[in-house]
Amino acid sequence: MMNFLSFVTNGISLGSIYAIIALGYTMVYGIAKMLNFAHGDVIMVGGYISLLTATMAGFPPWLAIIAAMVGCTVLGITIERVAYRPLRNAASPLAVLITAIGVSFLLQNVALLLFGANARAYPAMVNMPNVRMGGLTITGITIITVVTCIIIMVVLTLFIKKSKSGQAMLAVSEDKGAAQLMGINVNKTIALTFAIGSGLAALAGVLLATAYPTLTPYTGAMPGIKAFVAAVFGGIGSIPGALLGGVLLGIIEILATAYISSQLADAIVFGVLIVVLVVKPTGLLGKKIQEKV
Amino acid sequence: MGVILDVKNLGISFGGLRAVNDFDIKIEKGELYGLIGPNGAGKTTAFNLLTGVYKPNKGIVKLEDKDITGKSTIEISKSGVARTFQNIRLFKKLSVLDNVKVGLHNHYPYTTIEGILRLPRFRKMEREMTARAMELLKVFDLVGEASYPAAKLPYGKQRKLEIARAMATRPKLLLLDEPAAGMNPNETLELMDTIKFIRDEFDLTILLIEHDMKLVAGICERLTVLNFGEVLAQGETATVLNEPQVIKAYLGD
Amino acid sequence: MLKKINLQVRNNMITYGIVILAFILVQILQSTGNLSRLLQGLLVPLTVYVILAVSLNFTVGILGELSLGHAGFMCVGAFGSAFFTAMVKHGDMPAGLRFALAIAIGALIAGVFGLLIGIPVLRLRGDYLAIVTLAFGEIIMNVIGAMFVGRDSSGLHFSLRDAHSLNMGADGEMIINGPLGIIDTPRDANFMVGVILVLITIFIVTNMMNSRDGRAIMSIRDNRIAAESIGINITKYKLLAFAISAALAGVAGVLYAHNLTTLTAAPRNFGFNMSIMVLVFVVLGGIGNIRGSIIAAVVLTLLPELLRGLADFRMLIYAIVLIVMMLLNWAPKAIEWRERYGLKTFLAKRKAKEAKE
Repeated sequence: MMNFLSFVTNGISLGSIYAIIALGYTMVYGIAKMLNFAHGDVIMVGGYISLLTATMAGFPPWLAIIAAMVGCTVLGITIERVAYRPLRNAASPLAVLITAIGVSFLLQNVALLLFGANARAYPAMVNMPNVRMGGLTITGITIITVVTCIIIMVVLTLFIKKSKSGQAMLAVSEDKGAAQLMGINVNKTIALTFAIGSGLAALAGVLLATAYPTLTPYTGAMPGIKAFVAAVFGGIGSIPGALLGGVLLGIIEILATAYISSQLADAIVFGVLIVVLVVKPTGLLGKKIQEKV
Repeated sequence: MGVILDVKNLGISFGGLRAVNDFDIKIEKGELYGLIGPNGAGKTTAFNLLTGVYKPNKGIVKLEDKDITGKSTIEISKSGVARTFQNIRLFKKLSVLDNVKVGLHNHYPYTTIEGILRLPRFRKMEREMTARAMELLKVFDLVGEASYPAAKLPYGKQRKLEIARAMATRPKLLLLDEPAAGMNPNETLELMDTIKFIRDEFDLTILLIEHDMKLVAGICERLTVLNFGEVLAQGETATVLNEPQVIKAYLGD
Repeated sequence: MLKKINLQVRNNMITYGIVILAFILVQILQSTGNLSRLLQGLLVPLTVYVILAVSLNFTVGILGELSLGHAGFMCVGAFGSAFFTAMVKHGDMPAGLRFALAIAIGALIAGVFGLLIGIPVLRLRGDYLAIVTLAFGEIIMNVIGAMFVGRDSSGLHFSLRDAHSLNMGADGEMIINGPLGIIDTPRDANFMVGVILVLITIFIVTNMMNSRDGRAIMSIRDNRIAAESIGINITKYKLLAFAISAALAGVAGVLYAHNLTTLTAAPRNFGFNMSIMVLVFVVLGGIGNIRGSIIAAVVLTLLPELLRGLADFRMLIYAIVLIVMMLLNWAPKAIEWRERYGLKTFLAKRKAKEAKE
């Protein structure tokens, strides 16, 4: 029983990271209507920026984290401007998806050339003592991850509900053309979405690298894809959906690794995606869209 | 002549909004029938109900006494109903000829293996398909453009190609959704002749949605007027167009 | 009209001709001793990549759906056929027949997988379809990598745990050894067979494109709703296209498996990266352009190997090719620019001018 509880705690911790990454996917998908395949690799870039600024430039952890967030925000906006925006009105929706895959590969391979394929040890950016509850030990990083995730969710929800930019995002996600007619700057709104998503990705990168304590050019790829699974699971476009999907997926993955097979854990996570999409393509909290004839 | 299409009480709602309600229409074989009404009256929705794109919440659709209510688009197409679309839907990257040949698809059933291995039945049927498609293209004056990609055709010809493609399925009933939209007056006149010609030549019944009153008055024998999803008036074209409630619906209050 | 049909036939003949010429050229180089060992080792993989590129182009360019799990079908074909070969290799079946059967089995199993996976997948559209094919590809690779199959006098034993839990007798022989895969597969594949399979692949794909099935499939790609309205059975043709594409990827897998003595279901062989590499070939060669896929697969495989300094940058080059090609070919602004100033327009203008004068 104790084992099971500690697995669930680990699952929630991993799931919270997925949820933060999933937010980036879900916002971009909801607003720009594209799957930003390179989102996972932005996480990796965030990891390297914080690692290098902390170890080589001697930044204190908080400054290293901010540096990573600023770096990733700039990266996200640049990617959107250079690679995605020119394709926004392309004849085939596959065009921008294939380009995003290209960007993902580009980031991975640039990192590979710069930093090599070997895993680098990642220093503890945040220190927090472990907490013991009965027989259960909850690590400091778990608590920080979960709390960070909840704070982000709340702030983001408030931002979208209360701020003018947030309302603009909602309008663009409903109908780009109409939003434009209402005087909303669609390009700026989409750029802002990428900026927020990428900034969050940097944070996720720090948390992910701290939890594993290593970093490679491929660190972001798999968690990125799984976070997309989480976003779809919860219902793409929905912020609470990203949280729910992320946490559930994290728990499923840890339990599958523990009780079934570590070899098959990824297969099970992907199996969940397939079942969800076949049974309820809109995800747990998503809404249905009807095609116009 | 006999009734070809008999629709009773057809209705559908989207999220509480009744898009079409109690839609009745009875069309005789060989008729050229018009469906008119202001924007948003539910005309295209009615077409989508008749062709199985939407499933009706209530009502019955009978094609020559055969109940086709709620059948799939494919089944309805096979039972002899073809249509065109308000916002043209061509196979843009295929050639004009191939667009029509896709329409002939279900009438030339050679197998995949015969196709890959280029067996005699493939050769024979492909020859026949090409000949048949060219005949149809001739009717719509598209022979010169047969090898063009459909997307490269000018707008008016795209509309004609869509009709040619629908004709290739050998329909008994042809539904045309605003066939003259975007055409200049000369093209419209020419189109009116073509529509009459195919009706006579191919033993067709035609139901058309149209905004161009000149076209409607010029070729439709009878009309149904829709307003807010319900039938406002029905009958002989000249009579219907003079009814006060129809004039009011068109001109507003 | 006749002219148009002839044009298609001629177009296909050029494609066959290029492949046959390349084959003859390689034979000449080989017999005169001008083919480096490195290149000799690349010959069969080249045919594998060409078949993969053509088969993926069938899904992406002709059916119009993005599959990111093509390596999964290749994996199924590879393991299915290598399993068969491992079962019969100690018997007295002649090598030629054995390999022919292996090809048929690889194609069939991959085709059946394509069909089974296609049923749920093809209900989805666009991005979702792409991500689910990715998921299936990873699942296939992971499950095969966790599979243990052995044989002893009492028959076949199967497990997903480890070799030990197979409980085989003393005479037991491992056939699939989990992450270690299948070993000692006879190297039945060679360049000649590879080229023949490439030709057969081109034959199947181009002939299908120019038949009623191909037109139906392309009509779904161009406008699903219109295709349905004229009575095209969407599900049937999508599944047919997907299954054929998968079967051809399976054939590539058979060639791949029978060109190596050790076959493992590792990500570097059958993972997502492999699927993307093939996608790069398709995109560079032109989506929907079969000959382009062939040329792109050959060029992008040979270039990094031939220019030694480039080998480290291989994947980086692929990434840049992917992004640049997509932007040039699909961005509305780029298309507009090309239509105004592009070579074709330039030539057409010059022709018109000449005709005038």
